[in-house]
Amino acid sequence: MYRYDQYDQSIVNARVDEFREQVARRLANEITEDQFKPLRLMNGLYLQLHAYMLRVAVPYGTLSGPQMRMLAHIARRYDRGYGHFTTRQNIQYNWIKLAEAPDLLAELATVEMHAIQTSGNCIRNISSDQFAGAAADEVADPRPYAELLRQWSSFHPEFSYLPRKFKIAVTASDVDRAAIQLHDIGLQLVRQDGELGFKIWVGGGMGRTPMIGHVVREFIPVAQYLSYCEAILRVYNRYGRRDNIYKARIKILVHELGAEEFTRQVEAEWALLEPLALDAPQAEYDRIVAQFAEPDYDRAVPDAVDRGDPDFAMWLDQNVHSHKQPGYAIATISLKPVGGIPGDATAEQMDLIADLAERFAHDEIRVTHSQNLVLAHVCKADLYALWTALDEAGLATPNLDLVTDIIACPGLDYCALANARSIPVAQKIAERFADLDRQHDIGELKIKISGCINACGHHHAGHIGILGVDKKGEEAYQLSLGGSGAEDASLAKILGPGFSEAGVVDAVEKVIEAYRTVRTGPDERFLDTYRRLGADPFKAAVYG
Amino acid sequence: MIRLLTGNILETGDVVWWDGTEWNLALRDAVDVGPEGDALLARTLAAERINEPALVDAEPTPDGPRPRTMRERVRGAGPTVRLDLNRIPA
Amino acid sequence: MVDVQDQSAVADAAPPPETDAATPVLSFRDGPAYEGPVVALAEFGASSNTAAVRLDPGDDARVLVPHLAGLRLIEVAFPKYRDGRGYSSARILREAGYTGELRAAGDVLVDQISFMRRVGFDSFAPAFALDPARVEAALDRFAFVYQKAADGRSPVWALRHG
Repeated sequence: MYRYDQYDQSIVNARVDEFREQVARRLANEITEDQFKPLRLMNGLYLQLHAYMLRVAVPYGTLSGPQMRMLAHIARRYDRGYGHFTTRQNIQYNWIKLAEAPDLLAELATVEMHAIQTSGNCIRNISSDQFAGAAADEVADPRPYAELLRQWSSFHPEFSYLPRKFKIAVTASDVDRAAIQLHDIGLQLVRQDGELGFKIWVGGGMGRTPMIGHVVREFIPVAQYLSYCEAILRVYNRYGRRDNIYKARIKILVHELGAEEFTRQVEAEWALLEPLALDAPQAEYDRIVAQFAEPDYDRAVPDAVDRGDPDFAMWLDQNVHSHKQPGYAIATISLKPVGGIPGDATAEQMDLIADLAERFAHDEIRVTHSQNLVLAHVCKADLYALWTALDEAGLATPNLDLVTDIIACPGLDYCALANARSIPVAQKIAERFADLDRQHDIGELKIKISGCINACGHHHAGHIGILGVDKKGEEAYQLSLGGSGAEDASLAKILGPGFSEAGVVDAVEKVIEAYRTVRTGPDERFLDTYRRLGADPFKAAVYG
Repeated sequence: MIRLLTGNILETGDVVWWDGTEWNLALRDAVDVGPEGDALLARTLAAERINEPALVDAEPTPDGPRPRTMRERVRGAGPTVRLDLNRIPA
Repeated sequence: MVDVQDQSAVADAAPPPETDAATPVLSFRDGPAYEGPVVALAEFGASSNTAAVRLDPGDDARVLVPHLAGLRLIEVAFPKYRDGRGYSSARILREAGYTGELRAAGDVLVDQISFMRRVGFDSFAPAFALDPARVEAALDRFAFVYQKAADGRSPVWALRHG
């Protein structure tokens, strides 16, 4: 993975000093909260329901053992002993004090971590595929290009006061594990006539008006993708709406101009930018690509795994994916124990995961946008020992992509923007479906829950999506079906009138039982049954 | 319904309630700010030491005020899914 | 009231804060800052002899490209500092070859100065005076920059590879 050189370190250290001074000015009342708020947001510090929440960046979801240990230390020293992994591969702490934030950021900087641009109207964390560097289906590891984007977008002087936040995702395979069509810019690394380049989507997003992105470029050589992104951002900065925060994302601009006109404007801007030599030189690409070289694989390890322990076998079948290197596997650590809080991990669990990454996974951990963690390079021979350790710590729930592997935003339990709580809904659904045989019978089913229209739980992209709303001061929930964040991107559709919390859990069960009745067989996924038959059988089951 | 004045302490982010004399971590000690509330809110805003000050409606109960909205009740008591994290010191 | 994470609408916001007349223009140019009249873009025409024009956030900076040689000052208004359109205007003008005074006016805080310098601003007319010591500290804060802009500073990748 990428390691800072003296320039990267100097920049992060300077940012820590800058923020320390800004906090001091605020605490001395030299600047108002109105003046200070965008500055603290650009350092990832939100004021939430109970305290300040800090969102620490995990660039493209990759971190090392020592970095994970630091995150555990932060949880203990500055927070309440736990953290929450998010749908953009970052980590959030919920109980931070403003006065301590500069020291916290200084500690993070010692392990090459930061909270730069994890909030505010600027370019946010670049997200990527949690299987990058290990998946057999990728053209090349997308993360060097995510790293180049991270550097290019950090403290970009022209794009730090955008109309709204800006989210970019990068993948390198046809199978989309990062929901790139639901990002402001989605980049897929492709090969054309032997040359590496990107296919570019613009204008995807969720929130109040979910939209799927439009392809603005079928192919741009890697040598030019940064200046091309510059052109996209400039068009957005100049023409994105600033009169209404609910219409300020680039997706609205693309929608209002039309994809063709938007593309024409971007191409015209790029024609002016391209000659200015803004793109990094080949030597810089080579330098960064080299830092994502394959781990030193043991090429003599056996490919077979002893499935004797039935609990281990269940975890193996559900949570472990094939690796491009024989003898290796990709293991997903579930942060979705039934009845637990999706995406949360204690400091002790983080320390354990750091140890396991060092012992078994070449010291590398990934965060997924489904709020789980991944060890991407595990020898098959080590899987049993890994599983045993995870199981003892409550991290081996064998439910990846099953009905209890729910994505839920923090919701009204934590978030100042929420209308309703989302975590209790996730817990009740998971408890209802806790039986593993039942989960296997249902098969792949992605439930996503958001506590408000901002859709941080990605409910528009859920096979089953649940949105919390405020109904005359009471929490209520809308049910939607048929969304997908994968390469077959689609937006979930509302099924009918809303429910109470208990009602929506029952409704989900009715939907699932209806699916079991009308599917062609156990091999047909819920999503495919819905796409084949439409909403009618589910409406009938839920509303009679 | 009574009106409470609430906000978050600048330095710590802690949720606090006006108890008549000072800012208090305990919802149960919050007082009805009554018609003085708007002036108090304006003064609080101008002082720039309490973030997001706001007047919230509540019902008086034997155990202290109960805010009308779920949001304010969660602010007062802590996350419903982590009752072990009740913020108010014992 | 919620801590709305994103800006409230800035378009059609209140007019720019009145510049404190006693606040001098902060200039990084050799020679004095331009002090003549400045006309709005709408009043600026090809036949005008005006040497100074003001761009509001919604104005298209490229309208000025044919006239750059005759301009001594372009003032870019920032009625609300969160409205970042002026940063693109500035950089566009420098990319088009403008070498005259490029001034950021209005809601300008010391926290924006270094980005503004990077996109090509070389003078500032803030609504409220800036502390010169803080300005200097802000400009010296970041020894390195990641990307090319309009200030000629070498991005880190150029330093890495010569």
